[in-house]
Amino acid sequence: MTTPLPGKEDIDVTGVPISQDFVKWVLAAKASSGKFCVFTQFSYNLLFQGGKEMDFKHGQYDNEINVRDFIVDNYTPYDGDDSFLEGPTDRTRELWKEVRTLMDEEHAKGGVLDIDNHTISTITAHKPGYIDKEKETIVGLQTDAPLKRAIMPFGGIRMVRTSLKAYGKEMDPQVEEVFKYRKTHNDGVFDVYTDEMKKARHNGIITGLPDAYGRGRIIGDYRRVPLYGVDFLIEQKKKALEGMVADYFNSPLIRQREETSEQIRALGELKEMAASYGYDISRPAKDTKEAIQWLYFAYLAAVKEQNGAAMSLGRVSTFLDIYAQRDLENGVYTESQIQEFIDHFVMKLRMVRFLRTPAYDELFSGDPTWITESIGGMCLDGRHMVTKMSYRFLHTLVNLGPAPEPNMTILWSPSLPDNFKKFCARLSIETSSIQYESDELMREKFGDDYGIACCVSAMRIGKQMQFFGARANLAKALLYALNGGKDERYNDQVAPVTEPVGDGYLNYDDVLARFDHICDWLAKLYINTLNIIHYMHDKYCYERIQMALHDEEIVRTSACGIAGLSVVADSLSAIKYAKVKPIRGENGLITDFEIEGDYPKFGNNDPRVDEIATDIVKNFMQKLQHRKTYRESKPTMSILTITSNVVYGKKTGSTPDGRKAGEPFAPGANPMHGRDSHGCVASMMSVAKLPYDYSEDGISYTFSIVPGALGKSEDQRAENLVDLLDGYFKEKGHHINVNVMNREVLLDAMDHPELYPQLTVRVSGYAVNFIKLTREQQMDVINRTFHTRF
Amino acid sequence: MNREVTGRIHSIESFGSVDGPGIRYVLFLQGCPLKCLYCHNPDTWAFDDGKIVTAGEIVDDIATYRNFIEKGGVTISGGEPLLQQEFCAEVLDGCHELGLHTALDTSGIMPVEMVQDVLDKADLILLDIKSIDETMCETITGASNRNALATLRYREERGMDVWIRHVVVPGYTLDFEMLARMADYLKDFSCIKKVELLPFHKMGEYKWKELGRHYSLTDVPEPSEEDMKKAAELFDSRGIKL
Repeated sequence: MTTPLPGKEDIDVTGVPISQDFVKWVLAAKASSGKFCVFTQFSYNLLFQGGKEMDFKHGQYDNEINVRDFIVDNYTPYDGDDSFLEGPTDRTRELWKEVRTLMDEEHAKGGVLDIDNHTISTITAHKPGYIDKEKETIVGLQTDAPLKRAIMPFGGIRMVRTSLKAYGKEMDPQVEEVFKYRKTHNDGVFDVYTDEMKKARHNGIITGLPDAYGRGRIIGDYRRVPLYGVDFLIEQKKKALEGMVADYFNSPLIRQREETSEQIRALGELKEMAASYGYDISRPAKDTKEAIQWLYFAYLAAVKEQNGAAMSLGRVSTFLDIYAQRDLENGVYTESQIQEFIDHFVMKLRMVRFLRTPAYDELFSGDPTWITESIGGMCLDGRHMVTKMSYRFLHTLVNLGPAPEPNMTILWSPSLPDNFKKFCARLSIETSSIQYESDELMREKFGDDYGIACCVSAMRIGKQMQFFGARANLAKALLYALNGGKDERYNDQVAPVTEPVGDGYLNYDDVLARFDHICDWLAKLYINTLNIIHYMHDKYCYERIQMALHDEEIVRTSACGIAGLSVVADSLSAIKYAKVKPIRGENGLITDFEIEGDYPKFGNNDPRVDEIATDIVKNFMQKLQHRKTYRESKPTMSILTITSNVVYGKKTGSTPDGRKAGEPFAPGANPMHGRDSHGCVASMMSVAKLPYDYSEDGISYTFSIVPGALGKSEDQRAENLVDLLDGYFKEKGHHINVNVMNREVLLDAMDHPELYPQLTVRVSGYAVNFIKLTREQQMDVINRTFHTRF
Repeated sequence: MNREVTGRIHSIESFGSVDGPGIRYVLFLQGCPLKCLYCHNPDTWAFDDGKIVTAGEIVDDIATYRNFIEKGGVTISGGEPLLQQEFCAEVLDGCHELGLHTALDTSGIMPVEMVQDVLDKADLILLDIKSIDETMCETITGASNRNALATLRYREERGMDVWIRHVVVPGYTLDFEMLARMADYLKDFSCIKKVELLPFHKMGEYKWKELGRHYSLTDVPEPSEEDMKKAAELFDSRGIKL
């Protein structure tokens, strides 16, 4: 039987149990209305594979959107080693060289190569762009030229103005005109903020709030596009919309109907954008190259529309491996071709750019985009989920050299295959570009199809999103508790007035009670502030395409965070175990502390202070838990600072642990620099004790070690690192960044950045090009504890 | 084990990767009778310094690290651990009760008959032979190498593992004739599972200054990679595992 099909001339489906009538019906359905509701991946691939033995096992996912089901039914776990991997093709090498040249130019121009200041970015606003059309196997850029940044004003026109000015560009009068009539998220938020909220923000007790820019931390299930094609997704959304009716149309229902309509529109635009590159993605992808291209278009639409704080990719590698495995078996593509597609895809991800202000860079330094890809983990049926594609993704760190993006995240379990563990460890040692998170902890809460948004935030893909809430400065809160609610830097009454602490030695129980009281106030203020922000973000800067790649009914979390945990823990420990006396300035505010005697410090596996740290986490989370949130979201908390530990420190006065005013905090959940004196395992033990149940949005720990301290030979180093990771995760650690490097290399890179264009270091929850950090941030990385004992 | 026996410790390193196989909990004991010229831990010499702890406290602490050290183990180092043999014996017993591998890092300065009990308890002895040449050994450490060699022979009799460590210092032990002699001596011991040739480094020099001691090796260079290779060759060619 020979049937002419679109895209292929003669397709022989002999031997496949399918009737000619069905083929005709499918084609007629497509031709007449584009309606593909019964046009499942299974039947489509059957037709387009031209009669080859079909390999996709079909199941539940045929009739409903269920990517997890497709993966579990079809993926092939891989236990072998890395010997199958292929190096870069000539084409990849040439293409990457062109990109590198542009990136060097970008760095030389102060961090921004070019900006399209005339076009308000939408999914379809920019014409197709290419690096070098002939060489690219995977296409698509955010704007019409590589590394040219777009303006995305819906989060806040003010931020666009500031950014353009910082990089010497003018605001286009036409754009300015549009925003005379179009309100932005930022405008909305400031219409509602109370004076108290503005003060808290200004004084820096709550910082990094997404009230002037895109909130991010939402992962679209980009895999749905290759698996189902866009038409099927639109069909499903339309069906869902039909069901959204009630006797009384209340505001949640009205909002949901409007959002769903926006999602449908965005899916249409996604198709249009892909068509401008010459691709019809209304149908499912039919091979590896298409699957990667379709998936990338979906992601690209998201980064054309949203300048989100973190625009993570999800968990795509094992999904893509299903296509690759089939194509390899059928001789459609060679290993080298598949690696080339992945190399080109990753190259594109490394080129994602957002226009941001210098103030933003201070908080989140190094131009990060957090294109986090979650790799590995265990399946609920007991198999591991490492595939050859897990290796191929990581192998881009070799083929293209180290890089911070995509943010390679290994979902670690002691049960992962030994070959893979060792492969990861070796790459970590070579590139310092990988982070690890506990699949054991997360699988229990999120199943086996979750991904990491940003650094440490787990969420079920396509089924859950979060309202990103940055973080509250608990070290400052402790000082407010002692200073009667006044800010120690600005002498500003931020929290309600209370009696300041008296002179003489601080009493532990008294301080604890004061701190508890101030945290009650802070938790309430914090959640209400987030409620406003996310109400306005939904209203003025809704993530249409990302939410189109979600189910209709989703779980939402209000993701709060804390900074300065180790400062507060050590401060309380000092007050409890040593003698601490406040020293006051002329205005009566405490300027410093006098400490007599020694005290147990967080990071030494000392239960006396580790318990204090655990209590701080539990108490603050419990306070958040009881607050009412926007859209019935579930409050969660992270212990993560990104690079903002430096700015937080700068804005915070001297603390009772002996830290002087202005000195940086430790990043994330790290012990304070130089205070962990019992070696890195003790430090890991302290961090691992922090309860994930009370910090479900993640607990970030950054570990830096010089190569020689990790072991004598390369092999020993890799083995020791595997054992460290196994140990840390068995102890219920949640996250760890691994840096293996010599301090001298970093010092040299500060003086000669041109020699280290790709030097990558991991900071709290993400990786950065070291040379892109501000000088202060660079010093912070260098001053951190590097475990060095020989 | 007797949990109440006390010992004087210098410090604890929870991640040792160079003192025995795998990840190790390293317990540094305080006090050493030797005064090695190149010592990088001179702060462990004094007998009245450090912190007094009980064997029970230490073993409890070790137990918390089980998930990290189950493939590696525990190393007692110093200072000279054999000077606190009772304490060592108790800690080693405690480790064995936890099912952990143990190593003892010693210069072998003590007469075997005095410390037999401890020598029998350690799964592995890291034996630091400062020099095969008695005079050179005295120059470097102020003491003879006889007890160290006796310790080696004792472990051989018992059929218990030893790793030999030897620091290669230009102008002192970087002497190929002497190294060959050492290799010849060691090659017949079947208890030796590994010889570690450690290139001299000056990373401990600042500690000498802090302690107000005179460091006599300031002008001594570190051995070149080539010299280290050549030294290794002498052992390798005699079938000794490095």
